[in-house]
Amino acid sequence: MPIRSLFIANRGEIAVRIIRAARELGIETIQAYSDADADSLAVQIADRSVNVGRPHATKSYLNIEGMVEAARQSGADAVHPGYGFLAENPDFADAVAAAGMVFVGPDGNTIRMMGDKVSARQAAIRAGVPVVPGSEGRIEDPSKARALAEEIGFPVMIKAAAGGGGRGIRIAASMEEFEQALPQARAEAQAAFGDGGLYIEKVIGQARHIEVQVLGDGTDVVHCFERECSLQRRRQKVWEEAPSASLTQDIRDSLCDSAVALARAVNYSGAGTVEYLYDDQTGDYYFIEMNTRIQVEHPATEWITGIDLVAEMLRIADGQPLRLAQDDVICHGHAIEVRLNAEDPANGFMPFPGVVGDLRLPGGPGVRFDSMLYSGYAIPPFYDSLLGKLIVWADTREAAIIRLDSALSELEIAGVKTTKPLFRALAADDAVRSGAVHTKWLEGWLEDNATNLT
Amino acid sequence: MATEHIQSPLPGTFYRRPSPEEPPYKSEGDSVAPGDVIGLIEVMKSFHEVKADKAGKVVRFIAENEEAIMAGAPLLEIEV
Repeated sequence: MPIRSLFIANRGEIAVRIIRAARELGIETIQAYSDADADSLAVQIADRSVNVGRPHATKSYLNIEGMVEAARQSGADAVHPGYGFLAENPDFADAVAAAGMVFVGPDGNTIRMMGDKVSARQAAIRAGVPVVPGSEGRIEDPSKARALAEEIGFPVMIKAAAGGGGRGIRIAASMEEFEQALPQARAEAQAAFGDGGLYIEKVIGQARHIEVQVLGDGTDVVHCFERECSLQRRRQKVWEEAPSASLTQDIRDSLCDSAVALARAVNYSGAGTVEYLYDDQTGDYYFIEMNTRIQVEHPATEWITGIDLVAEMLRIADGQPLRLAQDDVICHGHAIEVRLNAEDPANGFMPFPGVVGDLRLPGGPGVRFDSMLYSGYAIPPFYDSLLGKLIVWADTREAAIIRLDSALSELEIAGVKTTKPLFRALAADDAVRSGAVHTKWLEGWLEDNATNLT
Repeated sequence: MATEHIQSPLPGTFYRRPSPEEPPYKSEGDSVAPGDVIGLIEVMKSFHEVKADKAGKVVRFIAENEEAIMAGAPLLEIEV
């Protein structure tokens, strides 16, 4: 392929994953690393590596100018952004292209459109994808806001247009609360974000998080079925499955088709994920956002479909048309991924950087371990706490949970505290085994069980 | 006059201010009492306060703002 060398603008387990995919395609790998990552596994296994600056991410992995310059000087043909850091920064995608290299992902304008809450929602509406009922854009006129809140039904959320990540949100349970909260929310948004713009949305109680993996080549789009990621702590996913056990085949078909319709409507190119809230009481699903990058939990999808998503991203970036028609994508069995973080679950999930002692990894049929670990590795304190992911596959969900617990019992990461005890306890929990969970379930469960997770 | 060091209990990035817009927790010449916050350590994207374990007067900061430090590294020197 014309892409002969790839600059990996990321670190940790995803850098290792990208190196593996590129190597199998005969692409030279050039790993970016900060001063704190000189001894990382990715640096050890890449063909070449380039120092990109000081440990703090703002001075290395988040520095657009520095990263683009390092990639250009390394002679790379293409840049893979991984996830996090600059992966969804449209200016980075533009700068990579302007420097004459291929950005492995959609172009800057697509990232920009899908990254803005209001424009992404409008794109979904245009593609006929259900969105959370609410205002079409910003609401200015209080009497119109009242009428809309009445129509949507309480409780409603009042959100700051300039907010994000859970900031700038108020919930009103009644019209009385709504009338009181509206001017306060406007003043707060003005003070916090310098922009008093508000919009309102229905509160979806007890929903599941379901997301559809898509691949597009700019013209055609296929879906690779869905993942369910309802087990979350502070909006961070900890356990992901594919497919979702909570969908009927009819709902699965319409949900996956809606993701394809949205990606097709924006001429999507690359791997992407369309995220939804799903109300299993009513069978309704609502678009929440689209992530324009590879996701942490992509291996669950790889296992049920047999598709190497990172390799497909590289082929698409290389200008090749999709190799798969929708009928070629077949879902087989059930996969579960758990995120092993360097955190102490019995102590408020306190971060736990340290030196990895002995390492004993699980194996056998249906077990995959994607990580950045090796024995003697000093985990840097400067980045997020994800050490690796254990992914298991079996022909049924029930068998996959049994396999997960068995693999976890083999895994030993000496020297650091990890989230392993959380997953052993969840694998034994009746609600998890029966799949009776929603996005707020885990936090409630942790209030009763966290202190036992040692 | 004896001087002693206050050390970082955690590895990570050291900050002398609660946020970029606010003044430093402590400056040279300030007095320090046990339990006073002297800075923040960012470790794996979460922030932890560093508190003084003894009383004294700040002679100088050994670690700079936003410096990467290891656990046990001296952060500041105080006159006790």
